[in-house]
Amino acid sequence: MLWRAGFGPSPGHAQALAALGLHGAVASLTRPAGAATLTGTAPTDEDGNALVPEDAYGHDHLWWLDRMVRTNQPLVERMTLVWHDWFSTSNDGVGQQALMLQQNELFRRSAFGSFDQLAHDVTADPAMIVWLNLDQNSRYSPNENYARELMELFTLGADRGAYTEQDVRQLARALTGFDFDWSDELGMHNFRYVPARHDNGSKTIFGQTGAFTWEQGVGMCVRHPLHPSFFVNKLWSYFIPTPPAASDRQALESLYVSGGYVVRPVLEAILLHPDFHAGARMVKPPVVLLAGLLRQLQRSVDGEYWVWYSDNAGQRLFYPPDVSGWDDSRWLDTNTVHGRFDVVSQALSDRYLDGAVVDEYDETETPEAAVAAARAWAGDPNLTPETVGLLTSFAADALAGAGGWQLSTYRGLRQNALRHLILASPDFQTS
Amino acid sequence: MANCGCNDYSRTRLLRRAAAEAGQGLPAIEPGMPMPAGTGLTRRSFVSRATGLALSVYGAASLGPKAFEHGIAAAAAQAPANDRILVSIFLSGGADSLTMLAPTSAHPQYAAARPTLALADGQGTPLTEDPSLRWHPSLGGLAELYGEGKVSVLPAIGYDDANQSHFTSRHYWEVGEVNPFGRWGWLGRYLDQHGAADNPLQGLALGWDLQPVLAAQNVPVATVAEPDNFDFWTPGVWGPVQDKMLDAFGDLGDPATGDVGLAQARNAVAATGKLRDQLAPYQDGFTTPAGVTYPAGSFARRLRALAAMLEGGLPLKVVAIESGGYDTHSNQAASLPGDLQEVGDCLRAFQRDLEARTLQDRVLVHVWSEFGRRPDENGSGTDHGAAGAGFVIGSQVRGEMVGAFPGLATLDEDDNLRNTADFRGVYCSLLEQWLGVDAAPIIPNASSFARPALVA
Repeated sequence: MLWRAGFGPSPGHAQALAALGLHGAVASLTRPAGAATLTGTAPTDEDGNALVPEDAYGHDHLWWLDRMVRTNQPLVERMTLVWHDWFSTSNDGVGQQALMLQQNELFRRSAFGSFDQLAHDVTADPAMIVWLNLDQNSRYSPNENYARELMELFTLGADRGAYTEQDVRQLARALTGFDFDWSDELGMHNFRYVPARHDNGSKTIFGQTGAFTWEQGVGMCVRHPLHPSFFVNKLWSYFIPTPPAASDRQALESLYVSGGYVVRPVLEAILLHPDFHAGARMVKPPVVLLAGLLRQLQRSVDGEYWVWYSDNAGQRLFYPPDVSGWDDSRWLDTNTVHGRFDVVSQALSDRYLDGAVVDEYDETETPEAAVAAARAWAGDPNLTPETVGLLTSFAADALAGAGGWQLSTYRGLRQNALRHLILASPDFQTS
Repeated sequence: MANCGCNDYSRTRLLRRAAAEAGQGLPAIEPGMPMPAGTGLTRRSFVSRATGLALSVYGAASLGPKAFEHGIAAAAAQAPANDRILVSIFLSGGADSLTMLAPTSAHPQYAAARPTLALADGQGTPLTEDPSLRWHPSLGGLAELYGEGKVSVLPAIGYDDANQSHFTSRHYWEVGEVNPFGRWGWLGRYLDQHGAADNPLQGLALGWDLQPVLAAQNVPVATVAEPDNFDFWTPGVWGPVQDKMLDAFGDLGDPATGDVGLAQARNAVAATGKLRDQLAPYQDGFTTPAGVTYPAGSFARRLRALAAMLEGGLPLKVVAIESGGYDTHSNQAASLPGDLQEVGDCLRAFQRDLEARTLQDRVLVHVWSEFGRRPDENGSGTDHGAAGAGFVIGSQVRGEMVGAFPGLATLDEDDNLRNTADFRGVYCSLLEQWLGVDAAPIIPNASSFARPALVA
C-alpha cells in the first residue's frame, strides 16, 4: 500500500500503519493533520548549497524529489504526482520553472479536494495557459488547444460520444480571455483574465446555448454525465492496474457525484478496495522507485546527479513526454531497466559492506541465511517464491570454487550483491 | 498575449524553448544567445542490432529503428572501403592558443602580457615553419606528429569582429556562418546534401549529447555515449561474484508469470540481460592493436572505439567529439597543461591506432575551439579572446601552416589576437579537398573565402 499510495515505507512506517488497521491506515494517509513535516537532511546541489528550484537547472526536480523522500504525508505528494500526470504540463513548452512550481503547489493543495475546483484552477493556471496556448485563445482568433484537451484528456475522454468537434470550437470560445505579459526582467508575468479579449457571444455546448463564461465552460465539462465515469476510471487506474467491475465503478461514480465532486471519498474507497490489496502488480514509476529507495535508505537528495539518474530511468519531473502524461505501460525497456539498475547502484554507493566487514564476513553463512539477511536488510519487500529461489541459487553459485580468504570475502560481496539484486529485481520494480 | 506577433516575443519564445531543451542534449543557453543548431530535433534511443550500439538518433522522425537498421546495413554494404572520414574535435571553453603554441622572446609582448603564465624560453618544441612559436611541452604528442608532417597548424584562426560569448561564437563555428539564427550544423548540411535518409551512423557524435555541428535538417544523425560500456555498476561487488551477480540479474527475468505487471518487469529485465550478453564482446573495450596505448579517460575511450568501429566497417562519414574544460579564467597554470597533455596524447594514440590498422589514409581530424584567449593574463588565468589555434591532423594532410602567426605587437580592437585564417575557408577546404564535394551549397558565401591547402 505504501508503494502505491506513496513512495514506499520509511523505516518503521509499515509497522506503524499495520497497527492502525486498514481503515485507520487509509485515513492516516488521506486525512493528514496540518501541514506536512519534512524530516531529515535538507536537499542540496552537488556543492552542498541550498537548492534554487525556481531557477537552477534540475533543481525543480530535486526540490520535489526531496519532498517525496522526506514528507510525512506521502499520499499528498503521490496525488500531486497524479495531478501532474493528469493535467500533464511540461516545462519543455512552458520554459519557466517558477510557473511549473506554482502549478505544483496548486496540485499539492488540491490533493484530496474538489475536482471541480481543481479543473477551474488549472484552467487559470499560468503554466497551463502557456502550455496549451490559452493566451492565444481570444475572441479575435480562437485557439482550440486547451478546449480540446480539457475534454479529451482532463474531464471526458475521447471516442466516448461525450462531445463533438462543434463542442470543441464552442468551448474554445467560452474559454477566451486569458493573457499575460512578458519582459526581460520578469519573464512571463501578470497572468490575468481580460474581459475585453473574451467572446461574449452566444455558444452552444453539449446542446445548451448561452453566453457562457470560461467558468461555466469548465463547469459544464465537470457536470457532463460522462465525466464521473471518466474520473473514476482514470483515478482508479493510478492505483489499480485492472479496470473496476461495473458495479464498483457505478458505486464510485455515485460517491463522487453525491460528494460534490470531491476526490477524497473516491480515493479512500479505492484504497480500501480488495483489488488494491490483492490484485495484479503495477510497475512503479521511476521517480517513485528512486524516492522510495532514498526514503528507505535514509539518504538525502544531495546533488544534480539524481536528475540524470531519474531521467535515464525514464522520468524527469516537470517534463512529461506530452499532454497525455507518462505512459504507464511503457516504463520498462532495456534502457530504462539499465537506468533503474543504475539508480539502485547510486543509492547503494555509500551503503554497501566494505573493508573488514567484508574480509571478516561469517564464512559459515548458508545461501538461505544470506538471502534471508538481505531480505531483512531491504525491509522485507514482497518477493515471489521464484525470485527467492533464483536468489538462493545465485547465493550458492557465488561461492562455487571459492577457498581460503575467499570464503569470507566472497560471502561479504555476496551480501552486497543480494541486496542490490533484490532492489533491482523485477519484483521490486512492481508493487 | 499582449504585443502579440512582435519579433522580440517570438524570439524570446524560441529562446525559452531552447533553454528548456538544453538539458536534452544541447548546450546550455542563456537569454539573448542563439539557439543551438538542431534544437527541437526529435530524439529516440534504440540499440542497433546491426552494430550492437546503443544509439540515440536525432531527426528523421518518420523512420523507425527497422528503417535505420536497414539503412545502416545498406550503407555499410555500399561504402567503398576507402571512404573518407572527417572527425571534428571541439575543445570547448576557448582553448588558449598562446599556451598551445607559445611565442618565444622573439615576441617580447608575450612575457609582458603573461607575467605568471608565459612559457620560459628554451622550453617546448619550436615549430620548423615558425621558430618563434613552440609546442607547449604538454602537447608533445602533437609535436611528434607535426615532426612527421601529419599536422597542419592554424596559429590564428577565427573571423572578423569575433564574438566573445562562448555560446555565440561556438554557434558560428557550428553552423559554419556568422549567423545567430543558423539552425543546422555545417556537417549536418553536408549530410543533408550527401548523406542517406536512413543511416544515422553517417553523422555520429561520440558522447552523451548531440554535437550541433552534426545537426541535420533532413537526415538522421546519432549519438553513442559509451560504445564499449553497456556495463553495470555494482558497488561493493567484484570479481567472480560480480559476474555471477549480473548473470543472475538477467535470470530474474526468466520465470513465467500470469501477473501482467510482473510479466512486464520480468520481460524487460530478461531483455536487458540478453542485451548485456550481446554487447559482451565490447565490454572490455574494443580491441586495440598491440603497441598502441591510449591514456585513461572518456576522450581516449571514444577515440579508441572510433578506430575500432571504422575497422569494423561501420558506415560513418562525419564524427564529432567534444572535449571540454578550456575556459581557464583562473588557475590556468594548474589545469591547462594536464588537459592539453590528455588531448595531445590521445590524438597521437589515435593516429598510431589508425596506422596500425592501416586506416590512416581514410581519416582527417579537425581540432577547433570557439575562440582563443586574450594575450593579457588576468591574474591566474586568461579571459575570452578572438583568434585561436586550430589543427588538422592525419596522414593525408599537407602539413603546411595555414595563416601566419600575427604577432602580439598589433592586436584587435578588444586587445585580442587578430585572425590570419577564416574558419569558413577551412570548412570549404575540408569539404572540397577532403570530402570531395562542392562547398557552395553548404557554406554560405563560400566563394568569398580563400581555401587553404589542407590535403596533401
